[in-house]
Amino acid sequence: MKKRVVAVLLAAVTAAGLLAGCGGNGGSGEGGGSETTEEGKVINIYSWNDEFRTRLEAVYPEVESTSDDGTVTTLKDGTEIHWIINPNQDGVYQQKLDEALLAQADAAPDDKVDIFLSETDYVFKYTDADADVAMPLEDLGIDPETDLADQYEFTKTTASDQNGVQRGSTWQCCPGLLVYRRDIAKDVFGTDDPTAVGEKVKDWDTLKTTAGELKAKGYYTFASYADTFRLYGNSIDEPWVATGDTVIKVNQKIMDWINDSKEWLDEGYFDKTVKGQWNDDWNKAMSSSSKVFAFLLPAWGIDFTLNPNWDGGDGAWAVTNPPQEYNWGGSYIHACTGTDNPEHVKDIILSLTADKDNLMKISKDYLDFTNTVSGMQEAAQSDEFASDFLGGQNPYEYFAPVAENIEIAPLSSYDQGCVELIQNAFSDYFQGKVDYDRAKSNFETAIKERYPDITEIQWPE
Amino acid sequence: MKKKRKSISYAKWGYIFILPFFICFFIFSLIPLVDTIRYSFYEYYRSGIKEIGPTFIGLENYISLLDSDMLKYAGNTLILWVIGFIPQIVIALLLANWFTDIRLKIHGKQFFKVVIYLPNLIMASAFAMLFFAMFSTNGPINSILMSLGWTSEPIDFLGSVLGTRSLVGLMNFLMWFGNTTIMLMAAIMGISQDIFEACELDGCTSVKRFFYITLPLIRPILAYTLITSIIGGLQMFDVPQILTNGQGNPDRTSMTLIMFLNSHLKSRNYGMAGALSVYLFIVSAILCFFVYRMTNGTDDNGAKAAKRRAKAEKRGR
Repeated sequence: MKKRVVAVLLAAVTAAGLLAGCGGNGGSGEGGGSETTEEGKVINIYSWNDEFRTRLEAVYPEVESTSDDGTVTTLKDGTEIHWIINPNQDGVYQQKLDEALLAQADAAPDDKVDIFLSETDYVFKYTDADADVAMPLEDLGIDPETDLADQYEFTKTTASDQNGVQRGSTWQCCPGLLVYRRDIAKDVFGTDDPTAVGEKVKDWDTLKTTAGELKAKGYYTFASYADTFRLYGNSIDEPWVATGDTVIKVNQKIMDWINDSKEWLDEGYFDKTVKGQWNDDWNKAMSSSSKVFAFLLPAWGIDFTLNPNWDGGDGAWAVTNPPQEYNWGGSYIHACTGTDNPEHVKDIILSLTADKDNLMKISKDYLDFTNTVSGMQEAAQSDEFASDFLGGQNPYEYFAPVAENIEIAPLSSYDQGCVELIQNAFSDYFQGKVDYDRAKSNFETAIKERYPDITEIQWPE
Repeated sequence: MKKKRKSISYAKWGYIFILPFFICFFIFSLIPLVDTIRYSFYEYYRSGIKEIGPTFIGLENYISLLDSDMLKYAGNTLILWVIGFIPQIVIALLLANWFTDIRLKIHGKQFFKVVIYLPNLIMASAFAMLFFAMFSTNGPINSILMSLGWTSEPIDFLGSVLGTRSLVGLMNFLMWFGNTTIMLMAAIMGISQDIFEACELDGCTSVKRFFYITLPLIRPILAYTLITSIIGGLQMFDVPQILTNGQGNPDRTSMTLIMFLNSHLKSRNYGMAGALSVYLFIVSAILCFFVYRMTNGTDDNGAKAAKRRAKAEKRGR
């Protein structure tokens, strides 16, 4: 009997040891590093891809080297940057980041999150003053008024909390343009000159007349209703959910999008076989066999989406002004509350988002439209920034004025779900699968599932 | 006396060897399970990165679930399962019967067994991606149909209720009929060849042999297939999730219960998701109980009935 007890105990201890061993490996690396007064030895950066790392390696002067697998970058003073990369798909990145942020207070100094990145779609979730996970820049010793004076105003608004305190900064900004096929423009309008075409698409009413002309020749104006959503969605004048409230107020601009999209789809101005973006049909709409005249894309959209999907030669596409200024995307750098490396973090943020020379280098090497007003104005004048894909046209000439005129919509922490789910719910309505009221109630069901604290959805009259 | 006892207590080794399983089960299954049930009585979710709760709210989660469209999603799940299961069991029975029939002398049996099992080896999500691409409005299936002249306009498979549901059913059928076939073959091969020979000597046709000998004798395995398939069907997730982008389009008609559960987990709504899991648990428990009773009960009755029939026949002779 006694022996059995001993055996059971032994087995339990072995098993417990095994499990404990598993848990221990992932923990802190070398060196206690508990000197709280000095800077920590490890800077942990959370991101969803290596975009930020490549930018940092390219322009941050303190970088010594990066390990071959890209997980550790060593700085000249011996501090290590640990890159914690989780993919953005299905919200994995946010999940992992949230876990880390919730554990931030109890984490060892070298395990604390020091810098994390966020995208425009969910930046407010992290800059929220109540959540207080992103440090106000002023607490780091960065004065947005002077240090970030050359940044575009709307990027500063986006990175601010509800009290107007800036809690993040970005190196890129993503004004969008209208990118059109030159051959179709020639066929329909008799000219492919960006200025002339720009005149044809300068606002929604003019664009609708133009869409009729395109239709008469058998072309679609845009691929799908999702293409135009950002233009409407970015110009809402009230946030989806007011601070501290639990009521979703659907903005009139969104209703305009719904009504216009239905009308355009029924008129045949969109290709009705393309449902939404980022799918195979959408990609095919960018190929030479497609009848789609134009896309609404920012700088990264042209390089990473349109260019790879285009099967013809260079110079087939050109850019011009969009019917309405808009912004699509952008990655924000935040200093995480509780960081043990405030000096390094400040240095990195300033070097990557406020140093004009660095930003111009990023623009040149990585084709980002960077966050420097004066720099981008220079780029608009300079032949160095002409694009091969656009047949030698300099897109900055059009990007710069758009960026200056963007008025960013007020944000809330519910934006990502609202934007995603309203498009999904009304997709059925556009295709005639459900009626208008059914689509509305489907949106209400879906949004309450996503955000359990939402109590009511108000639609404009 | 004492010595004697010691010499035969090998049983403890058995316990020790199965201990790791119980420890793992306890840590990774039982504790989460109990937690799930516990949290179902709490309000517990995340808003942004702020945690709300856990606060005890009694049965509120259960009540608000009944108010939601849960029953509609249960209906969807059932329909999707039936669409896949009926062809699956019919084809599997047919194939299993042919493959085990010694008179048919099918060549390359092993080869076919491997081939029909292959779809099961593909990850369900990859399979769904493949179908999503193939059946998209500008996809290859539509191109083929149009170049054959069968349709002039591309068919919007994934835009219609019938199309989406049939595709999900078709995929589940393709993925699982091989598995079922192999299981049923094992069951049929477990039947003594003497019985088949005897019935053939008595002039039994192959149809009669199937219905009166094969089918009754593989009933336990059929019941097993049914139970596992129902449980698998209740948990249907990856195929419709990927095929409809997690939205259950069109009009949420292909939203299954687990997809519903998953959309609660997007906001880490452990309370609501826990309550839904408990409902699912109760439903599967009831279903299992019925199927189990049915097969066990009728098995007895069947045996008795067969005895009675045999007696009657003897008397008749």
